[in-house]
Amino acid sequence: MQAKLSVVALSVAAAFALSACGQKEEPKPVAAPAPAAKPEVVVKLGHVAPMTGPQAHLGKDNENGAVLAIEELNAKGMEIGGAKVKFQLLAEDDAADPKQGAIVAQKLVDAKVNGVIGHLNSGTTIPASKLYADAGIPQISGSATNPKYTQQGFATAFRVMANDVQQGKSLGEFAVKQGVKTVAIVDDRTAYGQGLADEFKKAAEASGIKVVANEYTTDKATDFKAILTKIKSTKAEMVFFGGMDAQGGPMAKQMKELGIKAKFLGGDGVCTPEFMKLGGPATEGQFCSLPGMPLEKLAKGPEFREKFSKKFGAEIQLYAPYVYDAVMVMADSMKRADSVEPAKFLPAVGQTKYDGVTAMVEFDALGDLKGGAISIYKYTGGKLEYVETLGGSTMEMAKAEVKEAVAEVKDAAKAVAGAATAVGKEAVSDVKDAAKAATEAGKDAVKAGAEAVKNAADATKAAVEKK
Amino acid sequence: MDIFLQQIINGLVQGSIYALVALGYTMVYGIMGLINFAHGEVVMIGTLVTITVAGSLIKAGMPVAVAGLAGLMAAVLVCMALGWALERVAYRPLRNAPRLTPLITAIGMSIVLQNLAMMIWGRNYMTFPSLLPKVDFEFAGANFTMIQVIIVLVSAATMGGLLLLVYRTKLGMAMRATAQNPAVASLMGVNINRVIAAAFVIGSALGALAGVMVGTYYEIAHYQMGFMLGLKAFTAAVLGGIGNLAGAMLGGILLGIIEALGAGYIGDLTGGFLGSHYQDIFAFVVLIVVLMFKPSGLFGEKTGDRA
Repeated sequence: MQAKLSVVALSVAAAFALSACGQKEEPKPVAAPAPAAKPEVVVKLGHVAPMTGPQAHLGKDNENGAVLAIEELNAKGMEIGGAKVKFQLLAEDDAADPKQGAIVAQKLVDAKVNGVIGHLNSGTTIPASKLYADAGIPQISGSATNPKYTQQGFATAFRVMANDVQQGKSLGEFAVKQGVKTVAIVDDRTAYGQGLADEFKKAAEASGIKVVANEYTTDKATDFKAILTKIKSTKAEMVFFGGMDAQGGPMAKQMKELGIKAKFLGGDGVCTPEFMKLGGPATEGQFCSLPGMPLEKLAKGPEFREKFSKKFGAEIQLYAPYVYDAVMVMADSMKRADSVEPAKFLPAVGQTKYDGVTAMVEFDALGDLKGGAISIYKYTGGKLEYVETLGGSTMEMAKAEVKEAVAEVKDAAKAVAGAATAVGKEAVSDVKDAAKAATEAGKDAVKAGAEAVKNAADATKAAVEKK
Repeated sequence: MDIFLQQIINGLVQGSIYALVALGYTMVYGIMGLINFAHGEVVMIGTLVTITVAGSLIKAGMPVAVAGLAGLMAAVLVCMALGWALERVAYRPLRNAPRLTPLITAIGMSIVLQNLAMMIWGRNYMTFPSLLPKVDFEFAGANFTMIQVIIVLVSAATMGGLLLLVYRTKLGMAMRATAQNPAVASLMGVNINRVIAAAFVIGSALGALAGVMVGTYYEIAHYQMGFMLGLKAFTAAVLGGIGNLAGAMLGGILLGIIEALGAGYIGDLTGGFLGSHYQDIFAFVVLIVVLMFKPSGLFGEKTGDRA
């Protein structure tokens, strides 16, 4: 009896210990050694993201972004401080666990990395940032959106993505626009989920939306029926979820199963192809937001998408382009400072003006991205359909509009040419009518194009004046 | 009131899943006093095998029902083989070792299987093919689906079948004899190795079944899904009295309902001081209270000290 019971007690203890520490995977450095032809300096960049656990798919996506950037940098061959530099990626796994995040951060500090890219989650980034700050190692996260990260007063903390104050505000504004009066808020109690939900709540309440329920889950849960049942009883018109896709997808599905008619709204964590895969038809017509502009609308976006899928044979999940930019900004800062010493190139990071894939990267005094935009997307037919961009740098928006206008003018020109050809073909009969119609159509098209150009120019002008 | 009923239904279904997994824990524990922590991973592998087999058969144009059955069969076979291999490779050599050793081995096997599954199936979440037609029911304002009804029925039937096996068959008698005293049982001509292997194989087959149920219900799977599920099922088994089949079933359902009610009402009961994320604490507090007053669990058998 005694022995049997003690086994049970031990097992309970062991189970708790296990659940507390999660799974660890031995880190594996990604870079391959290359023969040193002439004296070269190895620049070690740490990268941290969850490579195990429920967010491992996003972690891998981030790492791919970093791998792509580093390969390109090495292929290009940079010279800094008179020596050839070779970038090396030290990839670590933090399992999205704050404790583990601090442990691997210490490991990177001990390995004397020149800079750190990451971490993926706000919950791991914030505790780790203190270790990097103490060691004076510049850190650029491509995905940690919790405002606290840069507000701790660390000179080493930067991010290339809009933070949750901006995102929560935009989502709140969007909810108002949707005509929603009551909303239920669910978060996963991580620094990211909770932070985003809090910012959304502030924005929603400020614009007169009533928050009728606050429910919580974890970043490992799969069953949400209990909290959703409670939400159902409040008759909320919208459910806002602060958390990641692995929970959001099943949540949307279970909402449908419980007969909840409320709309679903989430932040960047659920704005992924994975979310639609997991949520199935229940995600159709719902909305989510992503910091930044959609890749298609960015000058270098489509090119990046192509490069990425060619190299990894996979779709971009979420943050890969941001992580790619983070690596590039780090390298760019080293080049400008002409040094790979953290103490020497750190000031250069703050003065970054880098035209990246995702945005014109410039940092404010805190290390936040200047004028980060937030875009709203709709899940339609298994795809994320761009709806609109809220806030953000007017410069960027104007640039995108100019790009669109140019495309419109091109289309218009094509239409004119097409019409002219048609005229030629049908010239035998009704020459006059056809020509007239064609000219008319051409005129209209050109007019539309010109107007678009003018609008864009106005926007650009306004933006410049503002600055 | 409809909310209360809905929460009971939520809890009943969740609890039935716990119970189905808990049966696997309790069976192995009842016979050899070992907590097979790798059982949650067996469930996970059952789900993932079904996805691979049923998914590719559906793609090849087979009817969903046939593909689903084939997937289930494949999962059961793979898991049975896995259970047998686990026992043979990891636990049998340690049968006479101190009790902590097989326990640590079990945790090790759990990690090995997780990482193996990650290497085979990858890190991404996988969607489970819809094997059952989606039929919704409404009863007194509460919604439930056909899948939920099937889960409850399957776990009840499984437990009934297991009870029959243990109390009405020769193998069951051999199992009970081994549980009481392996040395004496082997002197009476019971092939202990075969009985223990059978317990693992049957437990793993149940795990595969549980895996298919979980997959059909949530329609998502992941290489780490077995971990938390195994932990909860283990808790359920302890709550009901580990080693006792009916106890595992009852413990599972009780845990499911406590969790659902906890998540649903804890916020109102504490005036918003504790939110629904405290549902696990609610469940574990109940577990601790039960163990304080009834250390062998609700249905714990008063077995003599075997050590």
